[in-house]
Order: sequence, then C-alpha cells, then structure tokens
Amino acid sequence: MLITRRAEFSASHVCSSPALSEAENHALYGPAANASGHGHNYVLEVTLEGEPDPVTGMVFDLSRLKSIINDAVIGPMDHRFLNHEVPPFDRVVPTAENIAVEVWNRLAPHFHDGALLRNVRLYETEDLWVDYSGGV
Amino acid sequence: MLSLTRRYRFCASHRLHSTSLNEEENRALYGKCNNPWGHGHDYVLEVIVRGPVDPGSGQVVNIGALDRLVEQTVIGPLDHRSLNQDVPAFAGTVPTSENLVREIEQQLLRAWPSAFSHSPAVLAGIRLRETKRNHFETLR
Repeated sequence: MLITRRAEFSASHVCSSPALSEAENHALYGPAANASGHGHNYVLEVTLEGEPDPVTGMVFDLSRLKSIINDAVIGPMDHRFLNHEVPPFDRVVPTAENIAVEVWNRLAPHFHDGALLRNVRLYETEDLWVDYSGGV
Repeated sequence: MLSLTRRYRFCASHRLHSTSLNEEENRALYGKCNNPWGHGHDYVLEVIVRGPVDPGSGQVVNIGALDRLVEQTVIGPLDHRSLNQDVPAFAGTVPTSENLVREIEQQLLRAWPSAFSHSPAVLAGIRLRETKRNHFETLR
C-alpha cells in the first residue's frame, strides 16, 4: 500500500552552472539563470510503501512523517535562498531534478524498516514537476 | 529513476462521428458529442520524460528544448483548430481523446530523435486531460 504526505516550502534559486559562461547559462536555463534569483512555491509529495500494522492500522504514523519532512526538508529550505543557504546547492545547480534527489537523500535514511520511501514528487510550478524514486 | 512532467494547454473543437455508422447509430453512440457543428475543450497535455540527470546541467531534459518541440509538433498544429477539419490525421479518423493521445504521441516520437539527438532522455508517456473529469494516458 502507498501513502502520500504533501508539504510546501517557498524558496529562491538561480540556475547557473559555474562551468558555463553567462551567455551559455542563459541559453541553457533561460530566465532561471538571472543572477539575483527568483522563487517558487514548491510542493512536495512524499510517498511511502508498506503494509498497515495489524495493531495500529497504519502504514506509518503520519504525524511522525510530518515531523521527519519538516525537520529534514521544510525547516532547512523554507524561505531560504537555496544557492546561498542550503548545501549542497552552493555547488550543485538547484534544478527541480537536483532538489528532488536531495530531498530523497535527506528522507531515505529515516525509513529502513516497515514503511519504505517509494517516491518523491516535487512540483516547481503547477505545470512542472519531477518524480524521483532512487537510483540513477 | 527520475522523471519530469511538463504540462501544456491547447484549445480545440471536434465532432465525434464515425463514417462506418449511420446518423442514428452515431447519435446513439456519441450522444451530444455527435452534434453536427461540433464543440470544444480546453485540453491539458502532460508530457513525461525519463532519464538520468545530466551532471553538468542538473537537468533530465532541457525545458526550453522540450517546450519548443511540443510547440512545433503539438500546440501549433492543434491550438484553436477544428480537429476534424484542420488536422489531416483526423480527416478519416474520429477525434476521440483516445485517438488524439495516440496521434500526439506519434508526432512527439517522430520529432524526438532530432530534437534530443545528444540526450539520453526518453519520452516515458503522455497524459491528455479532455476535461477535469477524464484523462487518457499512454505508458511506454
């Protein structure tokens, strides 16, 4: 069975690779490369897989899931400039893809028995989202 | 595994009418969708791309390149058109959303190799929302 918890955070970022020139960055990322940055209301959906516990009837305690998401992701990222304030985005371009992978890496260690982390979906806007389920 | 989904919109009209059926049978099968002057929808298209994250760009697919491809192959030819009258694929095919989702996927697959010749990203599937209450998807 799959259970999904949604959370939101608002953050700013710049998509710009230090390996590229300013013109190359603008060609690659468009307005997302503007140096002063811009922001999004990111929406995160965290999906766990497991079987309901016969005693509690729950796959995972949702209030605990909320705390894990808050401590690992929302607290560190909400109302932050990702490139300047949230490692590894001082050296990794904070595209939606890389943010989803980072969210996965922060959450996965919390789920090792019973429910397992199955998928991280990160909406950058209503019209663009990324799903990451581990691996390459 | 990582996939990226990008949402697009287009508006088009259509009439569901099969030349293999008579007038009465068409009305019975398609109901209001068979009204002779046609009707329209605000279609929403979700394009799902799967692949590894390029370590340099941090992207599965370049969004600008994907937008250009979808604009050229789907939005341009279909937006504010009558599917039956303006789109050659539906000259002899009923423009149900099943047939439309298949046609859109074929057009994207045909243009994909030249648009993304240096990218390992693949078209994982598309989802077409005809209204808020029904959608059609291909999973490859």
